[in-house]
Amino acid sequence: MDIRAQVSMVFHLDKCIGCHTCSVACKNIWTDREGVEYQWWNNVETKPGTGYPTLWENQEEYKGGWEVEDDRLQLKLQSKIGTLGNIFYNRRLPTINDYYEPWTYDYEHLFNAPEGDDQPTARPVSLITGEFMEIESGPNWDDDLGGSPVYASNDPNVAPLTDEERAQLNEIQRVVFFYLPRICNHCINPGCVAACPAGAAYKRGEDGIVLVNQDKCRAWRMCISGCPYKKVYYNWSTGKSEKCVLCFPRLESGQAPACFHSCVGRIRYLGVLLYDADRIEEVASSPAADLVEAQRGIIQDPFDPDVIAAAKANGVPDGMLEAAKHSPVYKFVKEWELALPLHPDFRTVPMLYYVPPMLPVLAKMKDGKYDVAGAETEGLKPLLTSLEHARVPLRYMAELFSAGNEEVVTEVYRKLIAVRVYKRAETVGDLSQEEAQEALDVGNLTAEEAEAIFRLTALPSFEERFVVPPLAREVAIEQIGSPYDRKREGGFGSRTAPERRW
Amino acid sequence: MLDDVLFVAFPYLAFITAVWVGVYRFRNDRFSYSSQSSQFLENRMLSWGSAPWHYAILTILMAHLVALVVPSIWASVISAPIRLYTLEVTGLSLALMATFALCVLVYRRLTTHRVRTVTTPADWLLFSLLLAQVVLGFWVSLFFRWGADWYLHTTVPWIGSLVKFQPDTATVTTLPWVVKFHILGGFAIIAVFPFTRLVHAVIWPITYLWRPHQVVIWNRKRTGTERKAPR
Ligand code: HEM
Ligand code: SF4
Repeated sequence: MDIRAQVSMVFHLDKCIGCHTCSVACKNIWTDREGVEYQWWNNVETKPGTGYPTLWENQEEYKGGWEVEDDRLQLKLQSKIGTLGNIFYNRRLPTINDYYEPWTYDYEHLFNAPEGDDQPTARPVSLITGEFMEIESGPNWDDDLGGSPVYASNDPNVAPLTDEERAQLNEIQRVVFFYLPRICNHCINPGCVAACPAGAAYKRGEDGIVLVNQDKCRAWRMCISGCPYKKVYYNWSTGKSEKCVLCFPRLESGQAPACFHSCVGRIRYLGVLLYDADRIEEVASSPAADLVEAQRGIIQDPFDPDVIAAAKANGVPDGMLEAAKHSPVYKFVKEWELALPLHPDFRTVPMLYYVPPMLPVLAKMKDGKYDVAGAETEGLKPLLTSLEHARVPLRYMAELFSAGNEEVVTEVYRKLIAVRVYKRAETVGDLSQEEAQEALDVGNLTAEEAEAIFRLTALPSFEERFVVPPLAREVAIEQIGSPYDRKREGGFGSRTAPERRW
Repeated sequence: MLDDVLFVAFPYLAFITAVWVGVYRFRNDRFSYSSQSSQFLENRMLSWGSAPWHYAILTILMAHLVALVVPSIWASVISAPIRLYTLEVTGLSLALMATFALCVLVYRRLTTHRVRTVTTPADWLLFSLLLAQVVLGFWVSLFFRWGADWYLHTTVPWIGSLVKFQPDTATVTTLPWVVKFHILGGFAIIAVFPFTRLVHAVIWPITYLWRPHQVVIWNRKRTGTERKAPR
């Protein structure tokens, strides 16, 4: 056992209202500079939709992540020799057009325009070239466009749906969509790190945060292709790759990352997971249908004395182990098995998990009002059993969250429904205790678990949502050198301005 | 006198500048060691420029170097006429390819506004020198046949004499001016190399081939089982 600690995340999609506060908090802190204007380390996309950058999930095109070939786990992009051969031109690189050209407006013209018959306008000006431009797309260009024949219909995840299911997604009275906030998953088998020939992209051992060393990055731009989530971005001005840093300076001072902290829907949870690094390759090579189960399996029980002993032998500090015991992520992912990885089929073993959205799961338009199909005659039954009629087909959710394994998402939904039925019986009282018990049985939950899920979903305190471990980076320095020398010589990291000079 | 300046002082100066400034820049401004890829801003023309340019120029450079470092092997390679012919034809086509690809790259920088905004004066200096150099090289290979052979008896002994600190310019001063310009152009590029994006040519990430895929960096000292890196 090689036990390591990982700062991990859960996003509860039922709670996301799509306000983009998270994205703006991140932008204000990290990407409000030349070269990164187009970058949204945190973005919230509408699903079904094509996403940002456009069609990022289409790995036939982008070749991100890993694949199992000849029983070996390898980068989809290319072999190591292939990397050096293709280094002069990367066929799989998205360009700025796949995101959007950033712009501002010529506001001055509003003041300086000569007197005339027409109102002056502020024309858009490219932030790259400084020229006037036509805006063809922009941040969240497809926001809320569920059902759109341009965006929703071209979502790669609808490909495996039947024609009927696809038609149903776009039926005007039932059009449905939800929000998918995305940041870097800080994977334990990261494609970006593996693809970087310079060794600039790396994973921090102590907390698992994935970073790009700006002094080592040589603009070989393979990480961008290697990451299947397209969460490494190219700074066109400095010629360096940049990515979500999980606000490590905030974490190191005990605060939650900015997008977590500012989240209006309070959808975000942060906590430590312990995992067995010896099994990374094995887990990432599992057959597609088993990926979620395998990924749950690599996560270790923080209360198990053997795990604690192995972690301690590995130098995982006590504070980290303590945090792991209170981790909300552990509860959602492992204890309750409610939160699922996004696209486990990319095989990077992402450490950001999603509780899939319920939506109005079964509601249909009937006699002028939304109604759960069959509920009138059969009571609770349809709610518990006919997920097949969900407005977003289960197969779609399975494409997103379980590498196509519908059973896994079905189990999650049965649990989510059970919690609702249970709480409804308790608080509204229009359902009987027997019905509530039936729902719990179908969802494979106890009443206590349902209560705990409800509490952590609906009423968690700040401290329950964000269990930030003491990262103690400054203490760790003592082990590799004298802190006094470090203080004197280390400075603040990079001492040259991040801009092009030569 | 002029010959001494051009073929003794200048090469030494160029070489010292390259090493000195290159090392200084690596130690004090490592951030700037980058290929400065502009593919993100323009993709299509780059595919016609960058890949052929690099394959051609790297092969050509390699040939120049091999003949310089191990002239005896080179001599035995070209001793059979058929191999000499093959080398000449290959060299000529590579020179053509490099010239064409570099023209594409220059045209791309001139005409694509997005790429022009990330182009520095140093880039233009480099591009002019490189363009002049490959055109001269192409010219030499076209009009002064059997360069694979006479290179061994002119430039190679001269550079050897410089390396041994016993400069002897006799073998190069009698060369035609086109060839002299090509030689001087080479050293000019060496001289400007540390001031431009060309520094990317000396940081070829070869270690990738044997390093494990995953890079995990620890702040604290590692103990026990954790020392193994996955793959
Ligand atoms: C030794 C290994 C080399 C590697 C791995 C390498 C790699 C690269 C890469 C990745 C780029 C960026 C292309 C892009 O825009 O995406 C580039 C650009 C360039 N390289 Fe190299 N290079 C090497 C050697 C050389 C040499 C020997 C020369 C010239 C003598 C050279 C001249 C250039 C020039 C002029 C550009 C700019 C192209 C442009 O953007 O218009 N390179 N190189
Ligand atoms: S801030 Fe929270 S609720 Fe708002 S879009 Fe982001 S994740 Fe959703």
